[in-house]
Amino acid sequence: MKASPETPMAREGSLLAVRELSVSFRSERGQVRALDHVSFEVEEGETLAIVGESGSGKSVTALSILRLLDDAGQIDNGSIEFEGRDLLHLDEPSLRHIRGDRIAMIFQEPMSSLNPVLTIGKQVAEPIRLHRKLPWSIALEQAAELLDRVSIPESRHRLKDYPHQFSGGMRQRVMIAMALACRPKLIIADEPTTALDVTVQAQILALLKRLTKELNSALILISHDLGVVARYADRVAVMYGGRIVEIAAAAALYKNPQHPYTEGLLASQPSLHSTPGERLQAISGQPPDMANLPPGCAFAPRCHYARAECRASRPPLEPVAPGHERACFGFE
Amino acid sequence: MAFLLGFHRPGYTTMQAFIVKRLLTLLPTLLFTSLIVFASIRLIPGDVIDLMLSQNDISTGQDREIIEAALGLDKPIYAQYFSWIGAVLVGDLGRSLWKNVPVSEQLAATLPITFEMGLLALVVALSVAIPIGIFSAMRQDTGSDYIARSFSLLMLAIPSFWLGTLVMVFPSVWWRWAPPLDYTPFLEDPLKNLRHMLVPAILLGLSLSAVTMRMTRTMMLEVLRQDYVRTARAKGLKENVVVFRHALRNVLIPVVTLVGLQAPLLIGGSVILEQIFVVPGMGSLLLEAVFQRDYPVVTGVFLVVGVAVLFINFLVDLTYGFLDPRVRY
Ligand SMILES: Nc1ncnc2c1ncn2[C@@H]1O[C@H](COP(=O)(O)OP(=O)(O)O)[C@@H](O)[C@H]1O
Ligand SMILES: [Mg+2]
Repeated sequence: MKASPETPMAREGSLLAVRELSVSFRSERGQVRALDHVSFEVEEGETLAIVGESGSGKSVTALSILRLLDDAGQIDNGSIEFEGRDLLHLDEPSLRHIRGDRIAMIFQEPMSSLNPVLTIGKQVAEPIRLHRKLPWSIALEQAAELLDRVSIPESRHRLKDYPHQFSGGMRQRVMIAMALACRPKLIIADEPTTALDVTVQAQILALLKRLTKELNSALILISHDLGVVARYADRVAVMYGGRIVEIAAAAALYKNPQHPYTEGLLASQPSLHSTPGERLQAISGQPPDMANLPPGCAFAPRCHYARAECRASRPPLEPVAPGHERACFGFE
Repeated sequence: MAFLLGFHRPGYTTMQAFIVKRLLTLLPTLLFTSLIVFASIRLIPGDVIDLMLSQNDISTGQDREIIEAALGLDKPIYAQYFSWIGAVLVGDLGRSLWKNVPVSEQLAATLPITFEMGLLALVVALSVAIPIGIFSAMRQDTGSDYIARSFSLLMLAIPSFWLGTLVMVFPSVWWRWAPPLDYTPFLEDPLKNLRHMLVPAILLGLSLSAVTMRMTRTMMLEVLRQDYVRTARAKGLKENVVVFRHALRNVLIPVVTLVGLQAPLLIGGSVILEQIFVVPGMGSLLLEAVFQRDYPVVTGVFLVVGVAVLFINFLVDLTYGFLDPRVRY
């Protein structure tokens, strides 16, 4: 509040501040570093998109925030401050009060993320009953209203239905209803539409955006597709090889990408300006092997602009303009 | 077919239709089972006539023919089968070749005893296997998990007749105590009955629990890795609620199937333990009948066992539908 906007201290009042987060996994090939000093903030009511290829560390970032990594995953370094408390130093009971109540999560696979043997009503009502300590009858009543809000027809009848009686898109609506149940301050949606038909994708994202706006909840919208999230994000963070390589306001990032990887992602997107039939450029080369990252910039092996410097040391994430940071030694 | 079974007639639920359909599909299986049993018992070397003759010290060829004719064993085997199955279909299982009492009477006297034993053993097996299986999974790779798993391996490796013999012998040597062996009908004195039945039932239950426990543990570990369990945790639920409300029913679906598949094991184990603990059940009846080549009794027992196994699997299917909303009748 007191500091000027240029210094990191300006984000002191952020809803969520992830700082220098490093996560590694035990695997047959030894410790694999999945996140490497990842830092970003999310302001109240803001939508931050996290974009990157599969394996770049998006899900690990999301799961770390709720401390839901499986046993093989280990947080090596950093802090995750949410509403002024460091989630990495909370005990399990305090974490459970935050999960589902203050921070809710929507997962990628609507087919497998709902329990097949419990009714939709019970699953949507569960967080209300748990965190608001309301009896099932009232929680179910509220669950029906939530299903109305995510446009599930005949919501009251459908409370008694099971997940297999819903289509993929409808299940993702149910997941959204469940996430909104306790009016969380932050919703993390990990590729919520990747498993769905293209036609359904836009509907679900628009719904998610509208409802988070109504609740004034912040949203972390994770996607592997820069084009899909363009219309919904206030800011965008681009991840590559377990690091954030560029983060900026959405408009600035699309108009003026400052990292070769972001530039490559944009070039591989159809845009308003591209003429029909124009060839889209895919980024050549393979995504990095997380167990065996090069010593320098992880993107260097695929980068047209890479110099000796890029292969020797890792560029830090640094501001290039107000509110616009990138991890690159420069490629102009 | 659907019309014949009244699927869409008002007053019939789909559940009832399912039950009727299942019972009808059991008939051919039963018929086939009876055929196998009828033939195989007659393939065991040494026949009933030889036994009878040797016991009575008479051995003229003429006596043999008289007895054969009297017991209906002079006809070809297929003719015997048809007259037997014809009688069975009108509810007549024939008479014991030795005792000259109806087989159905002998079954009626012994079946409830074996049923009680099986039920007790099943209760023991499930109440040991499921809690320990869950506990073992929740404490994966800890000391208590290893102890639980070693115990189940031990139960799997030790044959129950051996354990039964140990239980008979050692307490009497060490403490001059032996499990009671005098059978009292349950309705006469339930406590005295249970005192006798409980020891063999526990032994049988423990031997059945081994596989079920391992299955429960494996399935629980598998289910706890599922996406919907992560969803449940993301709601802020306690681990206990995650396990018992979200995981357990999904775990029980395959476990119930396994328990159904173990039904023949349950019955087989019962035959042996009844023998050791002098329980006058169907197992004792069967063993005696096999030694004496008492064909109608043997076939009668196997017919009942066949029906029981099929019926248990039928119950499993019903349970399945109760546990898993995706199953439609
Ligand atoms: N359960 C796990 N066990 C081992 N390694 C994992 C696990 N989950 C993630 N990782 C590692 O973390 C990296 C990032 O994974 P993830 O965050 O799931 O990527 P994505 O951006 O596609 O969501 C993967 O490349 C993998 O090396
Ligand atoms: Mg992912």
